[in-house]
Amino acid sequence: MIEIEGITKRYGETTVVRDVSLTIAPRTVTVIVGTSGSGKTTLLRMINRLVEPTSGTIKLDGEDNRSLPDYELRRRIGYAIQGHGLFPHRTVAQNIATVPTLLGWDRARIEVKVTELLTLFQLDPVAFGPRYPHELSGGQQQRVGVARALAAEPKVLLMDEPFGALDPIIRAKAQEDLLAIQKHFETTIVLVTHDMDEAFHLADRIAVMDKGEVVQYATPAEMLVKPATAFVESLIGAGERPFRLLAIETVADAVEPGAAEGEAIGSAATQREALSTLLWSGRKALPVVGPDGAVIGKVSLDGLVQRAAGPT
Amino acid sequence: MLRLPTLFRLVAFAVLIAFLVQPQWFEPLLRPLVQENAPAIYNQGSLLQLTLLHLRTVAIATAGAIVVALALAILVTRSSGAEFLPLSRSLVNIGQTFPPVAVLALAVPIFGFGEKPTLIALFLYGLLPIFENALTGLTTLPPSIMEAARGTGMTGRQRLMKIELPLAMPVILAGIRLSVVISLATATIGSTVAARTLGEVIIAGLQSNNLAFVVQGGLIVAVLAVLIHDALQAAERSIGSRMGR
Repeated sequence: MIEIEGITKRYGETTVVRDVSLTIAPRTVTVIVGTSGSGKTTLLRMINRLVEPTSGTIKLDGEDNRSLPDYELRRRIGYAIQGHGLFPHRTVAQNIATVPTLLGWDRARIEVKVTELLTLFQLDPVAFGPRYPHELSGGQQQRVGVARALAAEPKVLLMDEPFGALDPIIRAKAQEDLLAIQKHFETTIVLVTHDMDEAFHLADRIAVMDKGEVVQYATPAEMLVKPATAFVESLIGAGERPFRLLAIETVADAVEPGAAEGEAIGSAATQREALSTLLWSGRKALPVVGPDGAVIGKVSLDGLVQRAAGPT
Repeated sequence: MLRLPTLFRLVAFAVLIAFLVQPQWFEPLLRPLVQENAPAIYNQGSLLQLTLLHLRTVAIATAGAIVVALALAILVTRSSGAEFLPLSRSLVNIGQTFPPVAVLALAVPIFGFGEKPTLIALFLYGLLPIFENALTGLTTLPPSIMEAARGTGMTGRQRLMKIELPLAMPVILAGIRLSVVISLATATIGSTVAARTLGEVIIAGLQSNNLAFVVQGGLIVAVLAVLIHDALQAAERSIGSRMGR
């Protein structure tokens, strides 16, 4: 649990973050969004004290983050940044081993952890461990960056636009991987981005920042239905709202009794994907299959249209 | 497979060693440069010994310059030492603008004739390139890497030793290379105040109007400078290429 209480950061006359209070539940993904200069990165960096707040406190599991030296705090918190920040003179394995080495783990334990993480990120430990970062593709470098952040099994992972430098296809894959890894390690993730699609895709809760203040902190669905300010509304994009709403929920929630013709869709797909398939194939309904492959009902165009409607 | 430039260097090195160990083999080559009856090969001391003493003088002076220049550069790039940056810059610049000959002239009355004035002159003259390069290397590190180093929980000292110095090393080495090459050439003037360097050979040649002495003294210094320059450059490249530069 991360409790941010009345945090303010001023640089001289300018206030970058103004009296922000947030409580971030353990084992969730919280995404902080906002335009550039909104203070979102500064807020993130105050959690691991790369920036010291002017006033206010941040508690991790009830403990003030100033109760230990800043470098010890940072060894306990994973940190991944845009452009990965890998050390170019160290191999992939050495990069991942950075924090465990600082913590003084023995070599065997470090080796096991590095192998585990590389495997988890679909990088062959034998082939990739001894390589240098510049020998990797952008997507691979980014995965190594996240692996390094997770190496000491931190409870909290801070990510600053981690996928900003990736092309759309690799970015989508990286997002899926991140969600899988979050479930695997049960890490609390705080991620900063300016990409609303990314925010809606990853977040359990979204905090929208504008001019140093948090203007809304809510689940994606709440935010879509009741945007707190005109700024939030414009950030979501008025034209995108029904589609974002459908993208949050899975087909399983929209299943109706009955049968339909043609190719089926899995119940784990999003309702937006179902809508897209319906429109593209020109059908009125799709059969829905459960995880075991058995047909459990149908999803209809009319049903989805009703679900996508905002409050009147 | 040896490339042609590498082959050239190996040949140059072999010829240099041969000349230092068996100078009389080369006597016929240098004979046309001298008048009747004058010696064509330096005969007032061992060329090998002078070369080793020359290298020793340069090595001691450069080692001193590396320690001081690097320590200064590290000090002024820490947040606590930033205010000393202008001061150390001026100090190091004075060392460079003072001609080594003038340093010798000033140092001899204090330290007497011999190696010491030369060491001081070379040390002062060698500071600037090492300091400026170390400063450039340490202040132009990629921000994302420095951010990551802080973010992983390295202390200031760990960042310096594990990240900053290794990453700046190619640039620092380039400064050392410049300094060494300048010192190799400048050390010859030390022989005007009785330091034992290859300058002795050149000065002896000038005094007795013996062109062969001047040529052999000059060539040994030149070949040494080229070979050491190339060796250090190869070291820079191999470090740099590992980092993908």
